[in-house]
Amino acid sequence: MREIVCITCPRGCTMQVTGSDNDIKVTGNFCKRGEDFAKAELINPMRTICSTVRTTYSDAPVLPCRVSADIPKDRIFDVMREINKAVVDKPLNRGDVIISNVLGLGVDVISTSDLLLEI
Amino acid sequence: MIRTDVLVIGGGPAGLAAAISAHKNGANVVLIEREARLGGILKQCIHDGFGLVRFKEKLSGPEYAERFIDEFKALGIKTLLLTFVTSVEETDNGFKAMVVNRDGVEEIESKSLILATGCRERTSKQVFIHGTRPSGVFTAGTAQHFTNLLGQLPTKKCVILGSGDIGLIMARRLTLEGAEVLGVYEVKPTPSGLTRNIHQCLNDFGIPLHLSHTVTRVFGEDRLTAVEVAKVDDKMQPIPGTEHMIECDALILSVGLIPENELAESLGVEIDPKTKGPRCDASLMTSVPGIFSCGNALHVNDLVDYVSESGETAGKFAAQFVGTDRETVSLDAGEKLLYIVPQTLDTLADNSEIVVYFRSKDVYDDSVFRITVDGKTVFEKKYAFLRPPEMEKITVDFSNCGLSKSSKIKAEIEVTGK
Repeated sequence: MREIVCITCPRGCTMQVTGSDNDIKVTGNFCKRGEDFAKAELINPMRTICSTVRTTYSDAPVLPCRVSADIPKDRIFDVMREINKAVVDKPLNRGDVIISNVLGLGVDVISTSDLLLEI
Repeated sequence: MIRTDVLVIGGGPAGLAAAISAHKNGANVVLIEREARLGGILKQCIHDGFGLVRFKEKLSGPEYAERFIDEFKALGIKTLLLTFVTSVEETDNGFKAMVVNRDGVEEIESKSLILATGCRERTSKQVFIHGTRPSGVFTAGTAQHFTNLLGQLPTKKCVILGSGDIGLIMARRLTLEGAEVLGVYEVKPTPSGLTRNIHQCLNDFGIPLHLSHTVTRVFGEDRLTAVEVAKVDDKMQPIPGTEHMIECDALILSVGLIPENELAESLGVEIDPKTKGPRCDASLMTSVPGIFSCGNALHVNDLVDYVSESGETAGKFAAQFVGTDRETVSLDAGEKLLYIVPQTLDTLADNSEIVVYFRSKDVYDDSVFRITVDGKTVFEKKYAFLRPPEMEKITVDFSNCGLSKSSKIKAEIEVTGK
């Protein structure tokens, strides 16, 4: 048995997980999302990453960004390297793509602020 | 001189929600913000997890704030940015605020006032860290400001004191940017931050959490070079002989937040020593008629969703404020409660749907939260666990309890498990 804390919402259920592959049993979860999370943790743990990307604007040297959907946990630092290579040189709306299909993972790195439109 | 119905002080999530809500309830509103941009602390909270309750989405701080800012701007609410309130006084018609900005000094008269001034971080001076005074000792919020707004990494190798949520979030953030976080040291035997943050910010990155430990000294001339940590006993006092040195270039403090209420205090608003925010009734009106409080100035919230919610409540009632009589009665927090909000009820108001927030004082398994009026139970809810970092919210119907100003209303936690 393995104990996994669900990070899907602030409730943070502590779940007991037994079994493997196609026969995983989850208890202690308050909702279905907990079960899905626990199963994913065993098979292919996924995470969101939020960061900042450099800009060419001195009043806003960095722009907040995140991945548009979860990425495999073991690719976090690979994606961070890509984010740290990028430079934004034009105003973006929040939701606009900064890096499309980053590292072929099928997710984009998107802006999370209208900051550059305001300065 | 500017005249308005409702003056909102603070343009973070609480102030934005309050201003929008007051406007929608028919009031003329002016909002004052001391920074250049609206959004408050959310501007630098670039991590996700905001808005799960309200939008059923995992938004980053800027995304959450900007949804409100978009609505706020669309409503055309008058805003004064880079404007600081130097004083507020009560007048015959309401309130008069003196503000200062690039245009000089101005007076703003309003019928009601909403204090949405947020909170401040506890600093190193407030946790009595001994030693030299080198640079490199930051609050987690300052480290976050450097990293997320200025794009400057404030450390290469650091120790974090305190397991508050911002500290945990910064442990992950600094690690992502290539800094080494050697450990998080928490003086209490339980973590201060949310359980999910312990997991996704520390465990995911192999950052150790040392409970019942504290930083006892800092070393360094110009820049921090090391800190000394020690184990503490059950009275949170360092145990001699357990000290050891850790070489690092920064100490980051995440040791708690304190509601910012200097303006409230200057107006004679009664402060609850438990929340360190104003004592309010269910309309979030303070002890001074016409002054309302919301967000983290009222009490430190765990989720921004509740900050916005309290802003909406304050905004609505501030818009409707005409100075009707009220008759308040205390809602007392029992000894197992860290605090309860609201602290009073107006027996003359509609008390059928009262939103109550509380935190437990300690970690309790199987327990019952109960509110009694003159010894009679009016609300009861079972909890599998209660933890101080996690705020609880319930809605209570007090309308059939025969509330009067002599009623004894008490909220308590009864631990039913072992």
